[in-house]
Amino acid sequence: MIANYGYTNGSGTYLITVNTEKCDGCGKCVSACPYGVLEIIENDFDPIGEGMMAAVTEEHRKKIRYECAPCKPVSGRTELPCVKVCEREAIDHSW
Amino acid sequence: MEQERKEFWRWPEYRWTLPDADWRAGQIVTGGIDVGSVSTQSVIMVDGRLYAYSSMRTGSSSPDSAQKALNWALDGTGLTQKEIHYIVGTGYGRLNVPMANRTITEIACHAMGANFVYGSSVRTLLDVGGQDCKIIRCDEKGRVVNFLMNDKCAAGTGRGIEAFSELLSVPIEHIGEKSLQVDNEPDPVSSTCVVFAKAEATGKLREGWSVNEVIASYCLAMARRITELINRLGIEKEFAITGGQAKNIGVVSRIEKEIGIKALPWKEVDPQIAGGIGAALFAKAIVEKSRKG
Repeated sequence: MIANYGYTNGSGTYLITVNTEKCDGCGKCVSACPYGVLEIIENDFDPIGEGMMAAVTEEHRKKIRYECAPCKPVSGRTELPCVKVCEREAIDHSW
Repeated sequence: MEQERKEFWRWPEYRWTLPDADWRAGQIVTGGIDVGSVSTQSVIMVDGRLYAYSSMRTGSSSPDSAQKALNWALDGTGLTQKEIHYIVGTGYGRLNVPMANRTITEIACHAMGANFVYGSSVRTLLDVGGQDCKIIRCDEKGRVVNFLMNDKCAAGTGRGIEAFSELLSVPIEHIGEKSLQVDNEPDPVSSTCVVFAKAEATGKLREGWSVNEVIASYCLAMARRITELINRLGIEKEFAITGGQAKNIGVVSRIEKEIGIKALPWKEVDPQIAGGIGAALFAKAIVEKSRKG
């Protein structure tokens, strides 16, 4: 399953995407993110299974444009720490 | 002289029970409670069959709304809360459903519910709720494959329609049909923000637009906004709509026109309770799993 966290508004699209087929909930991205945007939750989209997955915290979902700003190309960073640390290539982003 | 006052936004609450059915004959009795931002639905299923449901407005207290909706669904059935084997809570207020055995995200529940309401051919689902809209791609078993949610503001949601029905003094149930009673389709209101759109609508009325034209204009703006969201995720047939706005023909017909695909029609089961149905179906699956050991 591909979970898109974030939003689109007049200024652009701000999404962090987690592919739950690939994500095993290891949590490396959580510690790699300098702004605490990510967390590990129970895979809610497959309630019968018992897997864990990475997700953007409820608190940050509507603020991604600002919270993730330091990891945008305009701020000089090309590769996102969360994307880089994920060995399974489960995380992606819209910018 | 005091004029008669009516709250035009107030949509009707309702309940339903399967006629001539006895829940005692069933093996698994499950409940799904979908506490949304605007409405709360409670669904009771017996062995995966719809048994009773209720839909009412969410008050300022989610736990109370959940309890009231559940009590109302149980009303007259002889079934009590204690006899329900498992209850799943979902929706915005899901963490505030005290009687729920567990909570599941409404995205998964709506996909599962749409699979039940519209059949297994649904691949793209649009859920237009009171305060957000979501596009969900799902497979033949009702599992979520991909989703996109817009919960950033009230534009393009049921809450916006409530605001417009109040502004124009049109009962909310009639918004859809009235929006189609125009000779020419007017331009959409330029702002999707409810507050700005209301100001714009007031201006249009002053310019001499009819009430129906203003409604049409807002419904079109809403449909365009939702279409943007649909296009971002891509659409695959069959397409279906759940949530309260599935019953607003004005918005539904305009979305269909924009995307060029007809939405599956709903028949007996109300599309607004899809989230609750999904929750009750997950509850059944959880009970089955635990009984197997």
